[in-house]
Amino acid sequence: MNHLLSPLDFSTEELDELFDLADDIERNPEKYAHVCAGKKLATCFYEPSTRTRLSFETAMLNLGGSVIGFSDAASSSASKGESVADTTRVICCFADICAMRHPKEGAAFVAASNSSIPIINAGDGGHQHPTQTLTDLMTIHALKGRLGNFTVGLCGDLKFGRTVHSLIHALVRYENVTFKFISPEELRVPDYIIEMLREKEIPYEEVISLESCIPELDLLYMTRVQRERFFNEEDYVRLKDFYILDKAKMNLAKQDCLVLHPLPRVNEISVEVDDDERAVYFKQVQYGVYVRMALILKLLELA
Amino acid sequence: MLNVGKIEEGLVLDHIKAGKSMEIYRYLQLDKLDCTVAIIKNARSNKMEKKDIIKVECDIDTLNLDILGYIDHNITVNVIQKGEIVEKKALHLPKEIKNVIHCHNPRCITSIEQELPHIFVLADAAKEVYRCKYCEEKYSKKASRDK
Repeated sequence: MNHLLSPLDFSTEELDELFDLADDIERNPEKYAHVCAGKKLATCFYEPSTRTRLSFETAMLNLGGSVIGFSDAASSSASKGESVADTTRVICCFADICAMRHPKEGAAFVAASNSSIPIINAGDGGHQHPTQTLTDLMTIHALKGRLGNFTVGLCGDLKFGRTVHSLIHALVRYENVTFKFISPEELRVPDYIIEMLREKEIPYEEVISLESCIPELDLLYMTRVQRERFFNEEDYVRLKDFYILDKAKMNLAKQDCLVLHPLPRVNEISVEVDDDERAVYFKQVQYGVYVRMALILKLLELA
Repeated sequence: MLNVGKIEEGLVLDHIKAGKSMEIYRYLQLDKLDCTVAIIKNARSNKMEKKDIIKVECDIDTLNLDILGYIDHNITVNVIQKGEIVEKKALHLPKEIKNVIHCHNPRCITSIEQELPHIFVLADAAKEVYRCKYCEEKYSKKASRDK
């Protein structure tokens, strides 16, 4: 049984196939409009996540399939004390494929270990969120035409940002990628990632100033400073607006420097940047649907 | 000096750090075996000054010795047949250990689902690092030993 639990579950060759399929879906949506007819996706969301859940549901509906599920733990049997393993066994009787979001790390692994249908990890706490990484890679692949040979800047909360860690691990598998880590001292990228880059001899630089390094970037991945990661409200308030990408900073960037963001955006990207054609974070959402459609087809072995 | 006689067939676990024998007794679940088990504590040792020894008179394949590799790979495992040492087994770190160490990550699924076994997978043998199979939380044997 194929599952997607971690962004590294697919080889780069498998990712190429997935992105090619997503490209074809983008170009020929009608060709895929009924391929999942009669199939059901269960979205089991133990914590609210509007964007990810709706993206999965849209993906399945676009493929002609249907959707069942729950959108928070209170409306599931978890509120009665049912284990993830038991809920999964039950869902297997109802659906053909399942996307699961759970606040605890490893929940999707438990589900996959007890499942007869493909499980997609739609986020397990601060651990993995592989479809966000697929979305990020798909956006870069589609708009840059390559996954490699670029300098990527990651800006904001690099310490707690799960999407950033996954993206780094995914990008180091491609050739000639240089990383610029732009963060305040308190939110630096974890040591284990730095060690991994040193071992692989991948060039990186840690900087505090966004202005100083933005001219070198081919990609800028902005992240939100998340309130829930801080024990101390004072630290959060001090750091939340540390970086604000605005028009003035965009004027320093290359003409083809793409700006990505996993969303939701708060203050870190000024709304005045939204009209800049290099700002692709809303296109990223659309690519997220295409890549989830491709993923569903691959896991159901329909493509 | 106390003397414990030879065993005919079984295992002699020698060079156990003094005081650790009861822990090993529990890990190997020796209480469940219907055979002779001798535990010698604080025996004199030229190499270690004091050591523990466990002698188990049983079929040599009865015990899962993988866990010994995790507890202390300096333990000497002597295989005894017809009263003589026929083999000294080398101990290695096991690839996976179950319900020996517990994941202390409060965000791990094992923190709320009590029935799940606590499984750790060997991630780096040289550094003796294990990772929780669920949340990948790191557990360093060396770091834990140095505490």
